[in-house]
Amino acid sequence: MGENILLAFQGIWNHKLRSFLTMLGIIIGIAAIITIVSTINGTNQQIKENLVGSGTNVVNVKLMQNGYEADFAYSQLPDGIIPADEDSRAAMDELDKVEETSLYRRRTWAENVFYLSTQYNGNVYGVDDHYFSVNSYNIIFGRGFVKEDHTLRRKVVIVDSKTAGSLFGGADAVGQTIEIKGEPFTVIAVCAPSVVNEPVINSVQDYYMYANTTSGSIFIPIEDWDIVYRYDEPVNVAVKATGTDDMTKAGNNVSEYMNKTFVKNDDLKYQSEDLLEQAAALQQLSETANTQLIWIAAISLLVGGIGVMNIMLVSVTERTREIGLKKAIGARAGRIRFQFLTEAAVLTSLGGVIGVAVGIGLAYMMSRVMGTPVSISVPACLIAVIFSMVIGIIFGIVPAFKASRLNPIDALRHE
Amino acid sequence: MILEMHDICKDYDLGRNITHVLKNVNLEVDEGEYLAIMGPSGSGKTTLMNLIGCLDTPTSGQYIFAGNDIMKCSARDLADIRNRRIGFIFQSFNLLPGLSALENVALPLLYGGVRKKERRERALEALKTVGLEERVDYRPDQLSGGQCQRVAIARAIISRPDILLADEPTGALDSENGAQVMELFKGLHDKGSTIIMITHDSNIASYASNIKYIYDGILTDEPYQASRNAVPGGDRDE
Repeated sequence: MGENILLAFQGIWNHKLRSFLTMLGIIIGIAAIITIVSTINGTNQQIKENLVGSGTNVVNVKLMQNGYEADFAYSQLPDGIIPADEDSRAAMDELDKVEETSLYRRRTWAENVFYLSTQYNGNVYGVDDHYFSVNSYNIIFGRGFVKEDHTLRRKVVIVDSKTAGSLFGGADAVGQTIEIKGEPFTVIAVCAPSVVNEPVINSVQDYYMYANTTSGSIFIPIEDWDIVYRYDEPVNVAVKATGTDDMTKAGNNVSEYMNKTFVKNDDLKYQSEDLLEQAAALQQLSETANTQLIWIAAISLLVGGIGVMNIMLVSVTERTREIGLKKAIGARAGRIRFQFLTEAAVLTSLGGVIGVAVGIGLAYMMSRVMGTPVSISVPACLIAVIFSMVIGIIFGIVPAFKASRLNPIDALRHE
Repeated sequence: MILEMHDICKDYDLGRNITHVLKNVNLEVDEGEYLAIMGPSGSGKTTLMNLIGCLDTPTSGQYIFAGNDIMKCSARDLADIRNRRIGFIFQSFNLLPGLSALENVALPLLYGGVRKKERRERALEALKTVGLEERVDYRPDQLSGGQCQRVAIARAIISRPDILLADEPTGALDSENGAQVMELFKGLHDKGSTIIMITHDSNIASYASNIKYIYDGILTDEPYQASRNAVPGGDRDE
């Protein structure tokens, strides 16, 4: 085996130009596939990072109606939904893959929120005292919520840094008063996410995709919710999973618990807003376009394989005497077959290795020129090399059988 | 008795007509015999050699080689017999150009499944026997014709075969190198090797202890036809 491989390399080296030209088809095919796969990989990674964020591992479990987040700003409160309480929240902390949970209510694009005469456009959250830890928010100025803010239903509000900038225009926000539906709330702090994850924006499409995740938010104690909004409004759950890959599982566990415990209504269901799933959907979109490219590249591999077969057939003819001699001195047919198969496999494997190297280089070059993200997948490279070896074996079968079936007498007489 | 042939016929079907190349050949060779088979070009001597060497099977008749009925052997069995029991020496040496003398000599042992260390030792020993221990790492293109043929002889004897089968062993050599090769054969024969040599050259044949003649596919002990047709150096059997 080792000896055969060594001899094969020797043969390739002795016919450098011919071997290179033979491998060219394989090199081009493998290089194209590696380039495409690296680009797909890079794009996927980017989508995942942009959407899922780097390391907060938070998935929101929301009450959904017909596929949209249920919004009670104007409509009637639904029947059969009981707001979750602190006891069940504590129970959900114990669910599998869940690190910590928090209960919250939310108005998107809340109306009637003013600072002096400036209207605020953004989210209003009613949050419990786990919310900031679950979402990894830090207080940058002022103080966070304390127990009494919740129990005494103090009218206090924490604004995020984005809102602080837009609403107070750089002036000190802490101590100012915000009116929510006519009720004065004192700003006690400015907060910011501890992990700032700015999405990578390469195109207009990217901008629209991520724009809605970046509006401002203000937070009041969840106990204050009925001061400005309605009593008994259903609550959502923010879930911190034990790891990024556990997010789907944790979200499902919590929504299952919520549905079982609090929902007696067929139209509404708690569902986890699965960012991983969203990412997967977006990834699929970019993949389908590129998979077609892979098929085209595969044709180049087929052509390369036929080239290898052609050269191996020539090689068998050229080496007829050698084959005859080997058979005369007792090499079995299987041995001759194996020798030619090894040669074809070594030739295409070498082409595969060169192709992977060229493909990686090409992917980085493309990323330089066109700004596409790149991520090299080691398994993909290994598979590419193994696949090219398989091509060699498949297209080496015909020449190898031709060689092994030569009649030693005719072969020895061959000039 | 190392080999017996009884009523061996070999026909070649050339489409329209069938050529009878060998006609009822009977041959017996004992251990330690040094036999020369002489015949002119086209007499069927190469076909006979192919049959003796188990490179081909007869159309009819019976061939027992070292206790094996060749007619009943599979291609794989024949390959193993050639590997272990027959040493071939060709007119045109048939060394592999990419391999050193040592590697060429060791080749039959590789196919016989002998370990690398033993292959090397036995190849060195065989090269010593033919007087080429100084040239083990030379490739065929760095050796003279005579040296190449001696490498080929080393390759033939390395598996300690039952017979050495030489087809015009001096055909591609000048008389001096030819004589050297024949001396080598004589030495091997003296040590007990069985040698069958095929030639058209009566000078070469005279080294053998026993000569048979083949003419028009018929093997005889009668020298008349063969000697009349022999042209020294004219037939290289190609």
